[in-house]
Amino acid sequence: MTHHELRGASAVVGVGLAGCGEAPGRTAMELIGAAAWNAVTDAGLRMTDIDGVFGVSAVHGMPSVTISEYLGIKPRYSDGSMIGGSSNVAHILQATMAIRAGLCSTALVVYGSNQKSASGKLVSSAAEFNPYEQPYKPRFPITAYALAAARHMHQFGTTRRQLAEVAVAARGWANLNPEAYSHGPLSVDDVLNARMVCDPFGLFDCCLVTDGAGALVVVARDRAKDFPKKPVYFLGGGMAHWHRSIMQMPDITVTAASESGPRAFEMAGMEPADIDVLELYDAFTINTILFLEDLGFCPKGEGGRFVEGGRIAPGGSLPVNTNGGGLSCVHPGMYGTFILVEAVRQLRGEAGDRQVKDPETAIVHGNGGVLSSQVTSIFGTEATL
Amino acid sequence: MTLEDRGPGPDAVYREELLAGRFTVQTCEDCGLSSFPPRVFCKHCGSAALKRVAASGDGVVYSTSAVRNRPDKGGDHNVSLVDLAEGVRLLTRVDGAGPTEVPIGARVKARIVTGDVPHVVFDLVKE
Repeated sequence: MTHHELRGASAVVGVGLAGCGEAPGRTAMELIGAAAWNAVTDAGLRMTDIDGVFGVSAVHGMPSVTISEYLGIKPRYSDGSMIGGSSNVAHILQATMAIRAGLCSTALVVYGSNQKSASGKLVSSAAEFNPYEQPYKPRFPITAYALAAARHMHQFGTTRRQLAEVAVAARGWANLNPEAYSHGPLSVDDVLNARMVCDPFGLFDCCLVTDGAGALVVVARDRAKDFPKKPVYFLGGGMAHWHRSIMQMPDITVTAASESGPRAFEMAGMEPADIDVLELYDAFTINTILFLEDLGFCPKGEGGRFVEGGRIAPGGSLPVNTNGGGLSCVHPGMYGTFILVEAVRQLRGEAGDRQVKDPETAIVHGNGGVLSSQVTSIFGTEATL
Repeated sequence: MTLEDRGPGPDAVYREELLAGRFTVQTCEDCGLSSFPPRVFCKHCGSAALKRVAASGDGVVYSTSAVRNRPDKGGDHNVSLVDLAEGVRLLTRVDGAGPTEVPIGARVKARIVTGDVPHVVFDLVKE
């Protein structure tokens, strides 16, 4: 079998976070700068070693340009493609392509936001005025995901209790992660009895709004062992998007992850059964269920039943969203960066009390917009090359 | 051959029609499928032969949600997705039941609301 030329072509050799939770008094760019510095330092490098910048922000129109200036980098190649919360997951694929093509050698992938301290609400690209949506006063992005959940419940018999299991599992992982924003006990009944936000979602079906920034350093495979930390190799990536507005989504119970996932698995030469750790973009409880289905971990429509009984919680058979997720760990508007960082930490064996036992592979699935852009990445240890 | 690119576009024409009391969709004379919101060529087959036709106004609720708000902020309101008989889906509001009581699968009928931004809402059809 011949492998795709991007399989194993790059490795993550540095990761960093900054300002996760609440960081009052800090600008978004200061958080981006701190996360970038932490990632570069983790890789044993200096900022001047970076020659490729892949960055996004919710508040800058030319994000990779503004970020590069702030970091003092004059990149040979940069990209600020904005496809919502999955942007940085796509940037890992794009950085791998740029490195493979010789356009840059040491790439920084970064995102950050101070949206909790700065505004207290979602800073969202959904703020674009759409005359076919705004008159109905949807509370985007929540309403779009709520519509998907309501349809999933109608079509497959998924229950609010099953949605709640996702939030409870996420909190279980967060309780093992000292860096998570939300700690403490959370029961299915707590989730069901919380204030309703947008039916069928109550407060705990919705992600946190926090500050935070994250960054990763990516290099070519042949340099991967020249750095202090255990390299985590890129094995496969795929992307897909079918719509921007929720009314244009063909079937709101089937996301484009059903295409991005198989593309990533094909590149990696793997299938769902080969994956040890899952990091799925859980902006809302329905996301985890939809992505477990669409990525092939359970049949379509079975996601609700699949997560029952703590299957994806600590101690369950399938470790999902091991940092506590967007639901209980961190969610500064765009969350893709943070699932990338968590996957790397798990594969390095640096995840402390929440460490999955000896994982060799991890899948990261990023989501953007209103179930719009879907980007899947598969990572592995040296043993998987 | 190039597409018409001057004068009021499909978006402006849709709004003018709505203000005149006519709810319209575009139907492709080549593939027969309909498009909404308005656009300059068929999203299904790429043909430029899009024709504006009167919408039946007959729909079925595809999904529904209630946006919760405190009473002093206007209270709860319904937001739904409705599949029109012509095969297009609209984000909209369904009236005729409480915001949380709109059944998925229910038959609904379009009604035009004029104002700053003219738009279409739906009423539950009494079975």
